[in-house]
Amino acid sequence: MRRPFPHPLNLSRGMVEMSHGAGGRAMIQLIDEIFGAAFQDPTLARGDDQALLSLPAGRVVMTTDGYVITPRVFPGGDIGSLAVHGTVNDVAMSGAVPLYLSAGFILEEGLPLADLDAIARSMAAAARAAGVSVVTGDTKVVERGGCDGVFITTTGVGVITDDRLDIAGDRARPGDAILVSGTLGDHGVAVMSQRENLAFETPILSDSAALNGLVADMVAAVPGIRAMRDPTRGGLAATLNELAHQSGVGMAIREADVPLKPAVRGACELLGLDPLTVPNEGKLVAICPPEHADALLRAMRSHPLGQEAAVIGRVVENAEHFVQMETLLGGRRIVDWLAGEQLPRIC
Amino acid sequence: MKYVDEYRDAALGRGLARAIVAAVRPETRYNLMEFCGGHTHAIARHGLEDLLPGSVRLIHGPGCPVCVLPVGRLDMAIALVREHGVILCTYGDMMRVPGSGGTSLLQVKAEGGDVRMVYSTLDAVAVAQAHPDRAVVFFAIGFETTTPPTAMAVTRAEALDLRNFSVFCNHVLTPAAIQSLLDSPDVRDLDGGSVPLDGFIGPAHVSTVIGARPYAFFAEEYRKPVVITGFEPLDVLQAVLMLVRQINDGRAEVEVQYARAVTRRGNEKAQALVAGMFDLRKVFAWRGLGPVPYSALTFNTRYATWDAERRFALPDAAGRDPRGCDCGAILRGVKEPRDCRLFGTACTPEKPVGACMVSSEGACAAYWTHGRFRDARHGEDRQCADHSPTP
Ligand code: SF4
Repeated sequence: MRRPFPHPLNLSRGMVEMSHGAGGRAMIQLIDEIFGAAFQDPTLARGDDQALLSLPAGRVVMTTDGYVITPRVFPGGDIGSLAVHGTVNDVAMSGAVPLYLSAGFILEEGLPLADLDAIARSMAAAARAAGVSVVTGDTKVVERGGCDGVFITTTGVGVITDDRLDIAGDRARPGDAILVSGTLGDHGVAVMSQRENLAFETPILSDSAALNGLVADMVAAVPGIRAMRDPTRGGLAATLNELAHQSGVGMAIREADVPLKPAVRGACELLGLDPLTVPNEGKLVAICPPEHADALLRAMRSHPLGQEAAVIGRVVENAEHFVQMETLLGGRRIVDWLAGEQLPRIC
Repeated sequence: MKYVDEYRDAALGRGLARAIVAAVRPETRYNLMEFCGGHTHAIARHGLEDLLPGSVRLIHGPGCPVCVLPVGRLDMAIALVREHGVILCTYGDMMRVPGSGGTSLLQVKAEGGDVRMVYSTLDAVAVAQAHPDRAVVFFAIGFETTTPPTAMAVTRAEALDLRNFSVFCNHVLTPAAIQSLLDSPDVRDLDGGSVPLDGFIGPAHVSTVIGARPYAFFAEEYRKPVVITGFEPLDVLQAVLMLVRQINDGRAEVEVQYARAVTRRGNEKAQALVAGMFDLRKVFAWRGLGPVPYSALTFNTRYATWDAERRFALPDAAGRDPRGCDCGAILRGVKEPRDCRLFGTACTPEKPVGACMVSSEGACAAYWTHGRFRDARHGEDRQCADHSPTP
């Protein structure tokens, strides 16, 4: 149902005002003309305060994530597409099929409506491409300075329909193979290149992408996958350390096998970053029994988002749960969690 | 093929490692100090110690700029924010170093102090431009490599007539630190020193600025070979090989492995820029080394107005070193990180007690982050030995 508003929002010059979050007519208009127009979802369009959903049979998976990235637009994506990809991926890492998203917006007074409109459209396009619907949401406006432009929180719901799947961070066993779906560090370097005080030219695009299609192919080929996780904040280093601790094992990887774009390697040298700790938004780590590693690698490489997939090492027994790496030169070192904040507001 | 270069490097590296193993003499020990934090980091990050024979020992030196800044100077920076209300622009690592009583700039920022992380000196100038109504101070630290960029920032601020900008200058000098080490009782043979030093892996970037010339004195007077080398793992291995050969031959020379960037005289333009703006301080206190004569820079009279110490009449702060922290002994090569009681228990990169655990160039941080499995492995080896079945 469309409500009649005397004057449509001025999307070229208008700005977010406090009234857009106040629960009155202005708020309804903002929701209708920006979010309703972008998402075009029948459940959302009903205008209720909740979404009424029916789910296919299976185990239900739910996750939530906040997005505060700066700058809002970066090479290869923006905060809108990121808010869809990140949450879709968190649902998918369980082997579930992501179905629905909710979206909460915190808007700063003065945000150009054109920017908000672009973000909503980008979210909608990303959701359509990933096969999920944005079915409910919330909008709040804070005074100028109360936040930085726009912060988004999305919640995702999905269903695991295949009973055989049992994918969790505590299931890695010594001997298992560790795989990654492609080159690492692209997102972090792409975003850093846009930060005004780090203006270096780089052809690197963020890898921000929804991985549910890739995951569907992977679990179809190898239902016995033990663990999957997307190495976002803290990069591969954090993800491997988390999995090692959850499963009570160690990990041994080989630097020579970790896929890295030369430009990312170069940029990291320049910035003094370890590419293994730089965030990704369209990559995953998978752990599976060694006898399934070849089949899993084949399935990953046949998907467009997994063409550069590689086996990078194996799970080992280790009382300290260390992640160790054989360096290019044949030395060894620990791959540790990152200390302190290396790249603030990167996702 | 994408990684051809790295594979070739890896093969070269293994070749160099074999050459070192072949070159060392069974009766000789080779105690080599890498002066720079950059080398410390490269050694840990590439696991180079695994490639070297047991008789080659790498000793970490005092060349990590964040580590050598004494607590008192950090307290002065904190006072600039808390008492004078300035916007303090600093490199990221400096924010996490605990000052007296454990307060770091990060905490001062959380309290509401205006502390901003910058990536270059010119970022700090930009902050001053953006806030003409606020005093903006750049917290300048580092060796000879970082001094010319500070000088450039002042030159730029002067051109823009940014009177709200000033610099808290903590620039220090490499040769003075090396000399202080060589003269210390820890090292001097005469005093029964506990730190045997047979040669130096010399700084890469610093030497591109100051050249190879300043090291000749150490080679000649102290009979210590010096090989100036880059921060790539292959550079370090090559330098080790060159030092092993010098020691075998009884030579003590300054050799430049890093010939692609280091000349004898260095970058004279940068030297002139620095000489025109700074004077030597009579004495400067280093963490670990204590007061070292003529080892640091301050603004000369012509540039005195850009000096935050003078502008805000900052008194020297003595500072209290964190209790139980062995950073000082580690920076002198007397102790290793694992000798510190707090290492890995009270002190980790997440909650550093001393400066050496903050910067990735600090010996404690490098060792904890990349090398601590070596201790654990010793533990495992022991276990294996205990349980080995009797034949
Ligand atoms: S481990 Fe921490 S407390 Fe000990 S010497 Fe290093 S920095 Fe100081």
